[in-house]
Amino acid sequence: MSFVTSLNLSHFRSYKHVHLKLDKRPVAIFGANGSGKTNIIEAISLFSPGRGMRRASAEAMMRRPESLGWKITGELETTDRTLEIESVSENGTSRQVKIDGKPTSQVELAKHTRVLWLIPSMDRLWTEGAESRRRFLDRIVLSFFPKHAEHSLSYEKAMRERNRLLKEQVLDAHWYAALENQMAKSGTAIDRARIKAVDRISQAQANASTQFPIAKLELRQREGTLPETEADLLTAFAESRFRDLAVGRTMVGPHKTDMYGAYAAKGVPASDCSTGEQKALLVSIILANARALAQDQGAKPLILLDEISAHLDTDRRGALYKEICDLNLQAWMTGTEPELFSEFGNKAQFLYVTDQDGTSIISQP
Amino acid sequence: MSSITVIDALIDQMAKLPGLGPRSARRAVLHLVRKRSLQLIPLANKMQQVAASARECLNCGNIGTSDICGICENESRANGEMCVVEDVADLWAMERTAVFKGRYHVLGGTLSALDAIGPSDLGIPKLMDRITTENISEVILALNVTVDGQTTAHYISEEVGKRVKITSLARGVPIGGELDYLDDGTISAALKARKSF
Repeated sequence: MSFVTSLNLSHFRSYKHVHLKLDKRPVAIFGANGSGKTNIIEAISLFSPGRGMRRASAEAMMRRPESLGWKITGELETTDRTLEIESVSENGTSRQVKIDGKPTSQVELAKHTRVLWLIPSMDRLWTEGAESRRRFLDRIVLSFFPKHAEHSLSYEKAMRERNRLLKEQVLDAHWYAALENQMAKSGTAIDRARIKAVDRISQAQANASTQFPIAKLELRQREGTLPETEADLLTAFAESRFRDLAVGRTMVGPHKTDMYGAYAAKGVPASDCSTGEQKALLVSIILANARALAQDQGAKPLILLDEISAHLDTDRRGALYKEICDLNLQAWMTGTEPELFSEFGNKAQFLYVTDQDGTSIISQP
Repeated sequence: MSSITVIDALIDQMAKLPGLGPRSARRAVLHLVRKRSLQLIPLANKMQQVAASARECLNCGNIGTSDICGICENESRANGEMCVVEDVADLWAMERTAVFKGRYHVLGGTLSALDAIGPSDLGIPKLMDRITTENISEVILALNVTVDGQTTAHYISEEVGKRVKITSLARGVPIGGELDYLDDGTISAALKARKSF
């Protein structure tokens, strides 16, 4: 299980000082546009590695005009213990993380917390470029395999180096081979983890009784297929060198993988579905992810659903809330009106956010 | 320049040292000023001497007070083994163990295309020359287990080819280490490299 039982924000976005005590129920946050609802769930997203759900810089998260830097502290109950997580940025410098008071790397967070999110910009996930789908996929993979973060970082680091050599038209075969060796090692691990995660999600969707449509998922490359073994991937990098030199970047590898989705029952590509159906497919994947984690590891993720009611009809909204309660998930949801969460009754805890002269204020009705 | 400004300038200078920040630099300077004859003046003299004499060994990159360091000059260290390290600090760490009896080659960093550090900036061509001229039979790669460190290690092994034996330091459980506190990667590396008891 993962539940946030306390949350403190200091000079984070529109908040000056906030101290929240919470129980394990889902959290429904309501308030007018621009009041600061999304900022709360963005803070929760920083309990996982990376730049959070808005992919913003630490500097952009500073409260203005003070620009002092920010601090987020939370108590998180996991399956076996309670963790105190602290995320701090001094004067907008990159964030530092502490777990139980001890400085640690962001990658370490993935071993303790699992955070998934759906935000309005992801409404276009099925129709826009492959990068955002890949990012969505990788967050799912990370929830199953915490090592995925390390492999991704290693792969990206080596690839950036290789791309620089390509751009500068360096022709040192041994230098390429050294970098490709690193890329093949981590690239194979990335690909295997993605395949396993997609299989597990498909299985969890198929076995569930849910009102949300099954999303048929498939990993694809723009050209051909990605070699399965480390040795084959290494060969693919070496063989691609000449072409890569011409374009100045690496053209093969797991960084080119795309996640294709289809509405299984209709046999229609997700990109051709209605906006509501596209969102329902994403919700289906997120719920399947939570079910699979609960079954496999007994670890349920924190789920952040920003403006979740947009594009979901009343029936689907009710079905989502029911599944959240049935799965005993602490989902953090935002919406403009409390009525959007009325189906929860007293099964959720409510936070009312208002803006007072540029400072967000939270009351717990 | 008033005296207080000179002291402040010293604090600023000390704060730039690795491991020191403004607060610890202030404490150190205050301590030195209070122990002027016992610590400040001898320290200033030593620093002056080091500034005048410290230099890089022209052969291996170690830091000493002569053009060729004591390790390179010592004929008994010419046993055919050469340990390649990233930094002089790594060389000194190896020397503290007093276990390695061969010679060193300090790269002074790792390959980084992004930082424009290439093989010639790291003295890798010189390493190749030394392997031949010093009759090296084994190159021990003692580089950090980071992407850059391992890329550099791989590069050197490709350059050296099959001319000499190439080894790298073992990875696993540190002496005094408790399994419970080790990361998964270290434990799996140790398990893979297990040996007969």
